[in-house]
Amino acid sequence: MRYAMAIDTKRCVGCSDCVVACQTENNVPIGYCRDWIVEETIGAYPDLALEIRSERCNHCEDAPCVRCCPTGASHIAEGGIVMVEHDDCIGCKACIASCPYDARFVHPEGYVDKCTFCLHRVKDGKQPACVSVCPTTAMIFGDIDDKNSDISKALKTRKHKTLIPEAGTKPHVFYLL
Amino acid sequence: MGKMNRREFIKIAGIGAGGMVAGASMLQAFSPFQIDSKQILSTAIPGVTPTYCEICFWKCAGWVHKKDGEAWKIVGNPDDPHSNGRFCPRGTGGIGAYTDPDRLKTPLIRVEERGKQVFREASWDEAFDYIVEKMNKIKKEHGPECMAMFTHGSGGSYFKNMLRAFGSNNIAAPSYAQCRGPREEAYMLTYGETVGSPERTDIRNSKCLVLIGSHIGENMHNGQVQEFTEAVASGAAVITVDPRFSTAASKSKYWLPIKPSTDLALMLAWINVIIEEGLYDKKYVEKYTYGFEQLKKSVRQNTPEWAYPITTIKPHIIRETAREMAKNAPATLVHPGRHVTWYGDDTQRVRAGAILNALLGSWGRRGGFYAPAKAHVPKPKHPAYPKPKRDWRDAHDGKFPMASLAISQGICDATIPTLTRDCDIKGWIVYGTNLLSTLPQPEKTLQAIQALDLLVAIDIMPAEITGYADVVLPECTYLERYDDLRVSPGRSPNVALRAPAFEPKYDTKPAYWMARELAKKLGLGQYFPHETMESYLDERLKSIGSSLEEMKKLGVKHLPNNENELYYLDGEDFEFATPTGKIELYSTALAEAGFDPIPKFTKHEEPQDGYYRLIYGRAPMHTFGRTTNNPNLNDLMAENEVWINPKVAKEWGIKNREYVVLENQDGAICNKVRAKVTERIRHDCVYMVHGFGHTQKQMARSFNKGANDTDLISRINVDPIMGGTGMRVNFVTFRREVA
Repeated sequence: MRYAMAIDTKRCVGCSDCVVACQTENNVPIGYCRDWIVEETIGAYPDLALEIRSERCNHCEDAPCVRCCPTGASHIAEGGIVMVEHDDCIGCKACIASCPYDARFVHPEGYVDKCTFCLHRVKDGKQPACVSVCPTTAMIFGDIDDKNSDISKALKTRKHKTLIPEAGTKPHVFYLL
Repeated sequence: MGKMNRREFIKIAGIGAGGMVAGASMLQAFSPFQIDSKQILSTAIPGVTPTYCEICFWKCAGWVHKKDGEAWKIVGNPDDPHSNGRFCPRGTGGIGAYTDPDRLKTPLIRVEERGKQVFREASWDEAFDYIVEKMNKIKKEHGPECMAMFTHGSGGSYFKNMLRAFGSNNIAAPSYAQCRGPREEAYMLTYGETVGSPERTDIRNSKCLVLIGSHIGENMHNGQVQEFTEAVASGAAVITVDPRFSTAASKSKYWLPIKPSTDLALMLAWINVIIEEGLYDKKYVEKYTYGFEQLKKSVRQNTPEWAYPITTIKPHIIRETAREMAKNAPATLVHPGRHVTWYGDDTQRVRAGAILNALLGSWGRRGGFYAPAKAHVPKPKHPAYPKPKRDWRDAHDGKFPMASLAISQGICDATIPTLTRDCDIKGWIVYGTNLLSTLPQPEKTLQAIQALDLLVAIDIMPAEITGYADVVLPECTYLERYDDLRVSPGRSPNVALRAPAFEPKYDTKPAYWMARELAKKLGLGQYFPHETMESYLDERLKSIGSSLEEMKKLGVKHLPNNENELYYLDGEDFEFATPTGKIELYSTALAEAGFDPIPKFTKHEEPQDGYYRLIYGRAPMHTFGRTTNNPNLNDLMAENEVWINPKVAKEWGIKNREYVVLENQDGAICNKVRAKVTERIRHDCVYMVHGFGHTQKQMARSFNKGANDTDLISRINVDPIMGGTGMRVNFVTFRREVA
């Protein structure tokens, strides 16, 4: 089993519902976020394109944050989800420095925090909060080892990319183009 | 307490903060009416509570969740056709409306202390007595019609009931003359029916969607955005006409970066092509429409070549897009828009779109406009209202013959004393609408406010309007109260319940309770026969075979729908509620009233050198200025930016993210605002999101953040047909921000 997320840039309108839903679901303090929106304009007036992306931890297969964590707080949990064990985190920020996606932050309570793919919900058979609220159903979450899962089908039929593939971390958040 | 000479803006201070005069009622202010609170909440369900959202007018239904007794999250109700179980960021962030520490906390009364006007905290009784005394005085001296009301939002209905019972129908909503009024009248004139809200647009089945400045996706009208992305994903050809490369434009097959103010020329050219090339639905036009020959004659000159120098859209693009529309007809929807008060000829522009839809045969057809099923949910009865001697139409001096609702700026004008009018409006009740940002020409709004004997503001936040009130009544949020049912027509008619998830914080109250208490003190208690909303709702729900108990479990209930087909049947006879009984391409009503029966293009003034047309719009995470202080939503977007084309920015030496100040043609300036230097906008206009630049310090997060476009709307073009205020007629230039 390998969990992954695909975000359809054709559907996404960049409304930020994923951001606020994550915030309320996970009690992320105001002023912090585990996911965010990037709007990238390509071209010059009037020949323009716009790519809108909901970004977050890429739950990399070869995760530098896990490798560099001195205490083992950052670890790979079930389904390949990268997690931080709050009690084991000493707040040294080595993981923050190592993450090519700038996906981590220091929670005001002192530990490093980031997207968990809502593992607590996934364990209950639910979708991550961001996926479940997305008004434009632009996000697909699932098991890419299961050939019949929605995400496997989408990745098979749609052109897609990952962010900063050159970092070599094997990210597991895909962008459908 | 004598009359004060001039109403000063009072910065509302928080409880315990400096500047607050602690009156005799201080103790009472901290101990709300316990009995009433219990009545309001006696049967609220712990854990999960049904609601429908009040953060915008889309009113999506969902569930409020608590964790460990604390507010946690709000999620959509899957049975709700407004949201399909998925809230937008504002609905999800609605929890912040409840937790916002800057909320109004207690009733306030304006008093003069040592030569300075301040608010003192008051008990509800004191606040009501003050209002009732002033209202009765106005009634006695000037007549009840001299009380007026402005309203936006669910709770306004109770105050409307109170005011109608009092004897006035001077009740205006800025959502009409400052927003969608021209659209409603244009469709009424053409089809004898309005578009409604949520709109009867069948976007999810559209094969071609035409957006005239509609920035769907930035306006987060939830169900509509959902259908838009469905249509895009299914390969619908979207044609977006916008001087800005909007989110919708980025998902379109065609983006037509039109010169602002020339949309009508483009639409007439489209009509010309569709008629000249014989692309219209001949059977439909023949069977259902009136005035085709006059239309054909009228648009003969409006060729794409004629439109090109006006619109800057090339003739072959105009032809290609017209053919694209025709190819997909009748599943082609020329979207009617929503906020359409732009240039003062807005009814005519929207009518051009309505005419296009008729030529394409899309009204009453799959992928065009569906025929919504009505929702019959009778309201409990109350006595008939007295008939006012003077009507809201009198406030407009008989102008704007097609206006079907009161015009806000007309009420405002009728408040400013003149020698020609025998009676000015003397009192305002302002429910949930921050008039200084909502109405154009804020200096005029202030002039009217200065002429008032009574200004009551009912609000949740210390919005700027509350600073000018004599009495401020703090309402609890939608998460802390019952309201009337949300009754939705549409594809599947339904009702939704809003029940309180939390006890009202501070000394805040639901609007129903306020309006009822006021009515009782005015001797109008018979208009509020239900002591609580619970008994009202239960009675209303029982009339459709449901109950409050059932609705608390369901949240949303669909009504039986046996009578309605969503689309016209092929060749079905249909009588439209227009004077001719047909879809009026040629409007007989407009002709009779002396207006152009078929839309004609008139050129609008253009900005002079060094000036740029100011256009404005929405961001998906905010609803006007109502949400900019919401902690969750402020976190997503704390201030607005002014969009500037890079060539323009270079000319002025403006760098991206730098603060600038804009000044308009009349010398009006706005607060400093960050420049967003972007290729996504034309060179002859600038754009900002509406709702920022708050001046009320107590709204700590939003105070002084970004600019208020209304400050720059000192000029309007009024639509002579229905009184809409065209607001995109202001031109701005840049001033470097002085630190």
